[in-house]
Amino acid sequence: MTILETERLSIAFGGLRAVDEVSLAVDSGIVFSIIGPNGAGKTTLFNLISGLYTPQDGRVRFGGDDVTGLSPHRLARRGLSRTFQNLQIFFRMTVLENVMVGRHRHEGAGIWSELLHLPSVGRCNRNTREAARAALARVGLQGGADQLAGTLSYGALRRVEIARALASEPRILLLDEPAAGCNPVETQELDGVIRSIVNDGITVVLVEHDMRLVMNISDRIHVLANGRTLTEGTAAEVRSNAAVVEAYLGAHGVSEAAHAVR
Amino acid sequence: MAHRLAGLAVIAVIAVLLPAFFPSAYYTRVATLVFIFALAAVGLNLLMGFAGQVSLGHAGFVGIGGYSVAIGATYLGMPTWLCIFVSAALSGLVAFLVGRPILRLRGHYLAVATLGFGVLVGIVLTNEAAWTGGPDGMTVPRLTLLTWQVRGADAWYWIAASTFLGGAMLALNLNDSPTGRALKAIHDSEVAAAVLGIDVSYQKLAIFVVSAIYASVAGSYLALFNGHITPDVSGFLSSIELAAMVVLGGMGSVAGSLVGAAVLVVLPQTLTVLHEYEHMVLGLILMGFMIFLRRGIVPSLAGAVARRRP
Amino acid sequence: MAEFLQFFFSGLTVGAVYALVALGFTLIYNSSDVINFGQGEFVMLGGMSTVFLAAAGMPLSLAAFAAIIITIAVGLALHRLAIEPAGDASPVTLIMITIGASIFLRGAAEVIFDKRFHSLPPMLGSAPLHIGGAAVLPQSLVVLAGAGIIVVLLWLMIDRTLLGKAVVATAVNRLAARLVGIDTRRIVGLSFAISAAIGAVAGVLVTPITLTSYDVGTLLALKGFAAAMLGGIGSALGAVVGALVLGMLEAFSAGYLSSKYKDAIAFLVILVVLLTMPQGLLGKGKIERV
Repeated sequence: MTILETERLSIAFGGLRAVDEVSLAVDSGIVFSIIGPNGAGKTTLFNLISGLYTPQDGRVRFGGDDVTGLSPHRLARRGLSRTFQNLQIFFRMTVLENVMVGRHRHEGAGIWSELLHLPSVGRCNRNTREAARAALARVGLQGGADQLAGTLSYGALRRVEIARALASEPRILLLDEPAAGCNPVETQELDGVIRSIVNDGITVVLVEHDMRLVMNISDRIHVLANGRTLTEGTAAEVRSNAAVVEAYLGAHGVSEAAHAVR
Repeated sequence: MAHRLAGLAVIAVIAVLLPAFFPSAYYTRVATLVFIFALAAVGLNLLMGFAGQVSLGHAGFVGIGGYSVAIGATYLGMPTWLCIFVSAALSGLVAFLVGRPILRLRGHYLAVATLGFGVLVGIVLTNEAAWTGGPDGMTVPRLTLLTWQVRGADAWYWIAASTFLGGAMLALNLNDSPTGRALKAIHDSEVAAAVLGIDVSYQKLAIFVVSAIYASVAGSYLALFNGHITPDVSGFLSSIELAAMVVLGGMGSVAGSLVGAAVLVVLPQTLTVLHEYEHMVLGLILMGFMIFLRRGIVPSLAGAVARRRP
Repeated sequence: MAEFLQFFFSGLTVGAVYALVALGFTLIYNSSDVINFGQGEFVMLGGMSTVFLAAAGMPLSLAAFAAIIITIAVGLALHRLAIEPAGDASPVTLIMITIGASIFLRGAAEVIFDKRFHSLPPMLGSAPLHIGGAAVLPQSLVVLAGAGIIVVLLWLMIDRTLLGKAVVATAVNRLAARLVGIDTRRIVGLSFAISAAIGAVAGVLVTPITLTSYDVGTLLALKGFAAAMLGGIGSALGAVVGALVLGMLEAFSAGYLSSKYKDAIAFLVILVVLLTMPQGLLGKGKIERV
């Protein structure tokens, strides 16, 4: 079943077509990666899908419904969640509180109950806290829950963001360069985290530069270059595609690489 | 983890015991003013401290609250206690209408837009002399509850203190709730809050309206307590003082709002000898805190205490 | 027609004063991202210092000159003692610091000077000139000429001198400027000094017409800011254009509609501009808007 698809999605900034007629379809329950050289439009595509940008052309369909142009919070309510390339952590809060915010769409307390702190709010807080701890455990961070978010390492904060997104119980999770700035050990742990997320039935769409992670974990890979789709296929197919190699290395780089191999 | 209302209980005890130490009605008056301004400051703190949205024009709502009571009671024959509620609703409505467009702005653009709003309210209040009495203001009838006409500093002390405690309790309750977490999230990253399902514009508008209502009630109390109101109450300087109370005491700290209000109300009183220097001192305080002690008094003290613990 | 010209000239005159305040804002904003609410106090200090120094016996031109020097010193002090120590503070914190500074300066003026209105003798006599049926004070022409000269000098400095280039570089990218060896701290200090000087000159020139007192600064700062916003914050030409437009709007609405709400125009302008075209008429500033 196709859980997410885009149809000729396009947006231009000034004269630059950042995303140019990109169409893709993501089956539910797989790891779908989007790769491409810098400036290919990957994060812009993510921003279009997650409602941060409104496309100038094309459609986005989520779970069969047309969600083009819906704001991020509406998409979140439908079960689409994402993390950010440039860490959008709530630095003034503790790690646990960060993840608790992820539960927002499952907390039903009304403003009056909150102002009066009726028992339902106390219960809601307790449930949220438990669910947040569970999400932290899934990414292996159950230890540092009460630390101020600002004290954690970069790699740990990436996992906090994932835990936070998981806490919202999404149907699909968009991960924007989760391995950026991670050392090989952290990247390996990330591999395990992503696999366990997919095991729980959540579809993962990944934008990533770390090719080893991408090749190991992806069921399908979509390659972008200059805002346009270059190709799509399994890891093996993409790896051996000459056009992909050329897009990353450039024509000159390809011949250089050929020299290097010899 | 201390109960969220523990600090408030301490303040309540102090509030009850304090009048015993007042040598004269003058002190009761000053304390009443502190609680009234602290109420407005708590409301502004919800907006600035929790949600991170700066407002340099909040005295505008204080003015609306005060003048609505004055005009309603004087010209429309409404009972004063009812006027308090009606002006709160009016301020809420104004906040809703003004807030929707203005809250799309961020940072210093939001600051200046709110500043403009506050000054505009002041100008209208000064100019529409037929209703408002112009620059010299107008008299306000005494508060009447059923048959009891509230006079005297003592009665007002209890009214102001209990309203502040009530308002503070609501704020502290909100702090420990989904909405409180959502507001604090918005403060740190609006985009992250949005992708987690938080309707950012709605939350910002809601808290803007709530904070306007706090300010309005404070303004109504001020008018009824003083028996008089002038457009200054809504002026640029008053808005800055309100923001200063929040900043001084500590953004996001409810107790801090009380501290900030206490400092900025008591200080001019203690400087009566040096009354002329009042503005200089206010300016110095504002600069000093924003440069050196941005977190405010209460969070800085709490931080210092936490660091001392082994 | 005569009435129209009357409002036109008065709008032009007050617009010229706003232009000098707005230029000061723009200069400081461009080099340091600070919105300096003390800008209005510079104008006040220029006028009030001249008045009191002259009253103390100094010859008028010397008093004016000394007043400008004093104001420049205040501007530098503001930068060194209030803005510099704040370091990397957020824009809102910086605004509140400059608001605090303007309140402080106002309070100091209250104490050092007094709370009354003061005037200065006009520079070209007080007999009004008649232009097309409108009565124009010669001082108005002095204000316009003065503002014009300052704008030209400023433009020459920015465009033709190495120092000017350094200011522009600092405005465009502070880090890059430092990397090529520009002492950005001195450049920012310089922009404060120049803004203070411009404000003081405006104060000296306009006092014969509008009088001065310890609290004229606040409203001037707000209106100068409105003008800068209207023209597009960050654009010097925009500051001048916005200021003249604002001055005209004020004069014509005061003349044809209601003079009570003259001051409200500036604030309405602020709100309308921020909500509909935050980049202003000619602006290129960074806008934060959802």
